[in-house]
Amino acid sequence: MTKMKNSSKLYLVLIYIFLYAPIIVLMVFSFNSSKSRNVWTGFTLNWYSNLFNNRQITNSLMNTLVLALVSSVVATIIGTLAALGISSMKKKARTLAINLTYIPIISPEIVTGVSLMLLFVMAGVGLGMTTLILAHITFNIPYVILNVLPKFRQMDTHLYEAAQDLGCNGVQAFFKVVVPEIMPGIISGFLMALTYSIDDFVISYFTTGPQSQTLPITIYSMTRKRISPEINALSTIIFLIVLTVLIVMNVADSNKQKKINAMNVRRESL
Amino acid sequence: MKSKLPAVPYLLWMGVFTIVPFLLVIFFAFTDSSGRFTLDNLSGITSYIPVFGRSLWLALVATVICLVLAYPFAYIISRIPSHRQSIFYMLAILPMWMNYLLRTYAWMTILENNGLLNRFLGLFGIGPLSLINTQGAVVLGMVYDFIPFMILPLYSTMVKIDNSVVEAAQDLGASTWSVLTRVILPLSVPGITTGITMVFVPSVSTFIISRMLGGGSWLMIGDLIEMQFLGNAYNPNLGSAISLVLMVIVLIIMSITNLFDDEEVGEMIK
Amino acid sequence: MRFRDGAPYDHYKRVPVGADGNASALKNLLRVVVSKGALWYGRSEKAWAVTKPQRGVVPVDNAVIVSLQNIVVDFDGERVLKGIHLDIHDKEFVTLLGPSGCGKTTTLRIIGGFVSPTQGDVYFSGKRINDLPAHKRQVNTIFQRYALFPHLNVYENIAFGLKLKKMSDKSIKATVQEMMRLVNLKGFERRNVTSLSGGQQQRVAIARALANHPKVLLLDEPLGALDLKLRKEMQRELKAIQQEMDITFLYVTHDQEEALSMSDTVVVMNNGEIQQIGTPQDIYNEPGNAFIADFIGESNIIDGFMHKDFLVEFFDKRFTCVDKGFALMERVDVVIRPEDIKIVPAIQGQWTGVVETVTFKGVHYESIVESHGYKWMIHSTGYAEPGMIIGMQVLPDDIHIMKKMEESA
Repeated sequence: MTKMKNSSKLYLVLIYIFLYAPIIVLMVFSFNSSKSRNVWTGFTLNWYSNLFNNRQITNSLMNTLVLALVSSVVATIIGTLAALGISSMKKKARTLAINLTYIPIISPEIVTGVSLMLLFVMAGVGLGMTTLILAHITFNIPYVILNVLPKFRQMDTHLYEAAQDLGCNGVQAFFKVVVPEIMPGIISGFLMALTYSIDDFVISYFTTGPQSQTLPITIYSMTRKRISPEINALSTIIFLIVLTVLIVMNVADSNKQKKINAMNVRRESL
Repeated sequence: MKSKLPAVPYLLWMGVFTIVPFLLVIFFAFTDSSGRFTLDNLSGITSYIPVFGRSLWLALVATVICLVLAYPFAYIISRIPSHRQSIFYMLAILPMWMNYLLRTYAWMTILENNGLLNRFLGLFGIGPLSLINTQGAVVLGMVYDFIPFMILPLYSTMVKIDNSVVEAAQDLGASTWSVLTRVILPLSVPGITTGITMVFVPSVSTFIISRMLGGGSWLMIGDLIEMQFLGNAYNPNLGSAISLVLMVIVLIIMSITNLFDDEEVGEMIK
Repeated sequence: MRFRDGAPYDHYKRVPVGADGNASALKNLLRVVVSKGALWYGRSEKAWAVTKPQRGVVPVDNAVIVSLQNIVVDFDGERVLKGIHLDIHDKEFVTLLGPSGCGKTTTLRIIGGFVSPTQGDVYFSGKRINDLPAHKRQVNTIFQRYALFPHLNVYENIAFGLKLKKMSDKSIKATVQEMMRLVNLKGFERRNVTSLSGGQQQRVAIARALANHPKVLLLDEPLGALDLKLRKEMQRELKAIQQEMDITFLYVTHDQEEALSMSDTVVVMNNGEIQQIGTPQDIYNEPGNAFIADFIGESNIIDGFMHKDFLVEFFDKRFTCVDKGFALMERVDVVIRPEDIKIVPAIQGQWTGVVETVTFKGVHYESIVESHGYKWMIHSTGYAEPGMIIGMQVLPDDIHIMKKMEESA
């Protein structure tokens, strides 16, 4: 295996600097003792404690988590059932259903948000938590389907029959055999929906009411008003959380990979 | 298990929350405030052609920059020995998981008149340059926010190009440039088209970036729509018309990129 | 001793006796007489009986086309090649043979230009090519899993190297068609390479490499992914291609049968070092150490010690053998091939044992016989009942003595 050229290494470093410099700047100034985001005056943890006391932020965080959980769970249920139904469809119907799934994904978020807003307004439903949840479920379902459907495709079709051959009825076979096979897809679909929901700004912006702000919306109003480095503190915390999650996932994945490799080695030596 | 019934809740949901809203947008686009059919909205758009032009142009520039920067980056990472690849890949994707409002906000800190960059240049007696509230800043914001969406699909396709194919090309006499143009490029087309779509669509429809880094002086399609629905100039009919045109633009771009490639859009989500 | 094609084989000079059409009739006659005498004297008779006859057409005075001088390769802190010296002659079929991880593929890749040696020099036609990048070398490689370009069809794959040389379309077409004829793939021009079977992909890979008329073709375990019957067929075809194209083949495999049947020269490697270089007959009949004896064909290896020259002792018995040069009472490895042990009635045996299992292998019976704590493997056409006590005999010629190595079993 050829070693990496120095020019390649340099290029990687430059791009990584580009990717992380703004984030590092944000994090550094979250400890700044003055309100300035540019001039360093001293070290403090004030902004972090302010953050925890900021009612608006804690409220919107709560909103966001509840919203994400509820909409993801519902979307996962609907989406998994949808994948089950779609996998049984004939080619024409299946293509149609899948294309339907793509519509929310390929539409610009602003168009989705605006169209949903029109729907709610025309239906006379006041914008608030309910409409938020409905909107989030709507854009989450496709992600679930796109994660679960391939699992159906990859699954050995004989598994279901094998279970029946060994004595299970239809429903038992489904839960004992099919569900474990598609479970990785269900989980990844759920997690994906959760992530998109937590992070969503544009669609929420158009479908929420004044009482039910989500965290991204609160962040938006904070950046508009340019108040305090609490934003920086928030960014740092979010970054650390995301970093931890990714590291854990990576370690878990590499552990799984190591176990698989060890298993294969053992298998070969038999 | 061969039942299509489970997909019914999904179909109903999509019908109500995706199809109907779109029909509403179309309806509003072609009617006036009293519900009568009119083409005024569409003709009203003609006065905004500069805005459309600017959005398309800036999005195009941002997409091209993303492609040029991300391509070598994704390639270099895909050639790293596989057991060490995941860390590099993870680090490249990590910023994507941070709220893009915060990431865009970070650039405000850096680009402001008394921001970090200008203060750095000031050390050499240069400036202060007017960096923020320019079109350049908007493009920078787009590139920074969306480059992970170019890296991801590029990397996914490139990692599938086996190293032995590259070696075979070299073995047969291909210089580095020939390997790139005759082997890597043709095989990475699916990643390129997906990446282009995933960067161009959010870029052309954003309103956050133009507001935060463009200072509101460089209106884009997204700004227009937002203003018509939630802003002072409340005109949902005009807003719907603009949204419709935006959708058409997006669909045209996607059909163009699809000409080059048959892969499903859903591949990249995995 | 004759070959399939009728040309007699000279064991010592490795020249096809009588094949030199330019020499005078007298010279040829002289060669035949001398070689016949040598055959009668030497051990080749026995070798012929157990190995497949093969044509060794490489005159030792062919030019050296590739030379590796003291090649050392370190990779990730590990020393993968520990000082390789190898001369490859023009038009030779050389096989690098050894177990996984012995360094044979690395050696191949050094010549191809995909691995840079940590130390040492690589010479091609006398020129040092250490710094020459892969795409400028006049060698071509057949990769283990073929590495065909998925986005190009069969024709375009084969034409790839030719297009890079900016050849005219006409001559490209002629060359590609010639190659496709050579590998028996006519009519496949427009086919998608990913839809081809393993054997067909193999042929495309061969055609693609040979289209560039390299002086040396490097083959990295090319037949590993094929089933047995196809593998044997391809072995014959590759050998035929090498002779038709009249170029040097450097072949890497871990399959000793493959190596023995195809090569002019076999290079046995283990642990990053060359263990032995020789003709297939040399390697089989005169393995240089216990590892080679064990790796090539089956071997029985037991502890013994040399009483004196030509006399070895094991199992408390003394046997006449044909090796000398060891210290008095030096402990050695005694190597005897399964096919060299004769089963006789217990009284007539030089030593005795109890038959444990007998397996019918088609060509012979394979018997496992327990004797003095060691399990002997014997190949014989005769059948001995499990449970029987039998005698075993071996000719002095067939007892191979080797210095003890740390790695001997």
